[in-house]
Amino acid sequence: MIYRETGQFRTSYAEDQAIFRLRQDKIGIAVILAIAWVGIPLLADEYLLRAILIPFLILSVGAIGLNLLLGYCGQISLGTGAFMAIGAYAAYNLALRVPALPLLLDFFLAGLIAAAVGVLFGLPSLRIKGLYLAVATLAAQFFADWAFLRVPWFTNYTPSGSVTAPALDFFGWVVDTPLEKYWLCLAFACLTAILAKNLVRSRIGRSWMAIRDMDIAAEIIGIRPMTAKLSAFAVSSFVAGGAGVLWAFVHLGSWEPLAFSIDMSFRLLFMVIIGGMGSILGSFLGAAFITVLPIFLNQAPALVGIQLSTAMVSHLEFMIFGALIVLFLIWEPHGLARLWQIGKEKMRLWPFPY
Amino acid sequence: MLATAPPRPAPPATPQRRRAIGEVLLAVENISLRFGGVRALTDVSFDIRKGEIRAIIGPNGAGKSSMLNVINGFYHPQEGRIVWKGRVLPRMRPHEAAAGGIARTFQNIALFKGMSTLDNIMTGRILKMRASFIEQALWIGRGRSEELRERAFVERLLDFLEITHIRHTPVGKLPYGLQKRVELARALAMEPELLLLDEPMAGMNLEEKEDMCRFILDVNEEFGTTVALIEHDMSVVMDISDRVVVLDYGKLLADGTPDQVRNDPAVIAAYLGVAHG
Ligand SMILES: Nc1ncnc2c1ncn2[C@@H]1O[C@H](COP(=O)(O)OP(=O)(O)O)[C@@H](O)[C@H]1O
Ligand SMILES: [Mg+2]
Repeated sequence: MIYRETGQFRTSYAEDQAIFRLRQDKIGIAVILAIAWVGIPLLADEYLLRAILIPFLILSVGAIGLNLLLGYCGQISLGTGAFMAIGAYAAYNLALRVPALPLLLDFFLAGLIAAAVGVLFGLPSLRIKGLYLAVATLAAQFFADWAFLRVPWFTNYTPSGSVTAPALDFFGWVVDTPLEKYWLCLAFACLTAILAKNLVRSRIGRSWMAIRDMDIAAEIIGIRPMTAKLSAFAVSSFVAGGAGVLWAFVHLGSWEPLAFSIDMSFRLLFMVIIGGMGSILGSFLGAAFITVLPIFLNQAPALVGIQLSTAMVSHLEFMIFGALIVLFLIWEPHGLARLWQIGKEKMRLWPFPY
Repeated sequence: MLATAPPRPAPPATPQRRRAIGEVLLAVENISLRFGGVRALTDVSFDIRKGEIRAIIGPNGAGKSSMLNVINGFYHPQEGRIVWKGRVLPRMRPHEAAAGGIARTFQNIALFKGMSTLDNIMTGRILKMRASFIEQALWIGRGRSEELRERAFVERLLDFLEITHIRHTPVGKLPYGLQKRVELARALAMEPELLLLDEPMAGMNLEEKEDMCRFILDVNEEFGTTVALIEHDMSVVMDISDRVVVLDYGKLLADGTPDQVRNDPAVIAAYLGVAHG
């Protein structure tokens, strides 16, 4: 009975509508935030920050972006990598060509550009659904791959096609150590999570979910399908674009178009499915799982004395992802987030099983 | 068969309520609707007056659901027109009908399965909310105040329909009868002028039907909502409706008070011709 609701009476609708309703949840999130902001910086070494935590945070942002579209609005997209690429290259070109703009504004404008392209590629969703829509969003992926590989203007005519981000200077705060980068990504991840959570518990989020669950019924209560779907594409692409900027500027530093290939789109899709469709928490869980699993597969066999080749590890990785996705889609479409919730409910009743 | 009326709590339409019935709210005029070769509706005309409970009856496949679909913009008839509050409605989409004050429920429940009872009904308030995107994202200003205001409204509705205990339950987990009630709540949340109910009591047991009848009468009396409902249970229809339209094979068979319709030879013949009542 560690986790229980009894005795906690909510006396107003405001309390009942809070993001974290239970005292245990409030304490839990405070502890997690304290660990993330203070504990980890004190303990983590550079490798952990650089190779695991920073990519994890950025991919969490990307997963939230896709989750808003897929998990909340029910519109499948295989083009998240493309919107990340558009964000990254837009920010690069803005920083390069309009040096007067502050970097933060570059980032924001890059998000808006990604959002605009997202709306464009979201237009087919007004007519088609499911598999056909997936194929249409795949077009965004191929288009981005093609544009950034073949239109040299985007990569500033660098012969290799590889570009380098400018120094991360935010109004005089130069972000260059791994720890500073970690804090920056953490700030963006927290901000994205809060804004996304607010949206999904507001009118706009409810209109997305209504479209997801039954578009006909959504329309009879006055939701315009076009507005709902395109706004989901816009917000999702904005967030994905932001994740792309962070991935390129903060994680990679210099990058090639390949950094945002279809692989990236699929990775984010896996995160959302395994983490939990329609859950902000799930986006973090999915990102954590998919970032940590390959590292675990690399280290664990060695610890028990088994040597696996790199190729074998990456095959294993895909086999495990594949199997998990099938399992989750069949048994728990709400992913790890739902398992976590079930666990909490069990704890609420424990030790009495009813 | 039409005359059997089981005991029920709700009294039949009272003279007092009848007086509240006003001018024509909606008129369908010479509506014809075809799907390829199938004539779903042929030259159907009738009207719905402000404040009344109007029943639409007829055997399966008579075109009743199609009629509701025409009224709220799902289907567009090949011929005929719809006059809403004295104005001819242009060809419109369902969300435009919603904005114009027409709400409905479906024959097969059309709830948002992944959302809680509360969220389902809150979606019915979407047209009442004005908060900008920024206000919603930051949960400030109207983004927050509207949520609280509408929540209070929805709570009153939950109370009225006696479903406060399931407010946080995902609707997919609710029994059929309660789902129907949540769907009614969602339609009522729109504060419609005209409420279209497609077989609101189908598949319910007697007790659930009596509850539903009571709610429909209460809605009509307390909020003055005009109701058009499709129903198979004749005793229900005869008890709660002010006027009845009878459709058969897409054509208007009869139109009048329950008593007139009940004694109409054409109606009796049509109903004796089909297995169910
Ligand atoms: N979308 C549609 N496409 C084709 N035929 C339809 C469609 N909707 C209704 N119909 C046909 O119209 C006729 C009337 O159907 P309906 O309005 O559902 O009847 P009721 O509600 O009275 O049982 C039926 O023959 C039905 O098959
Ligand atoms: Mg029907």
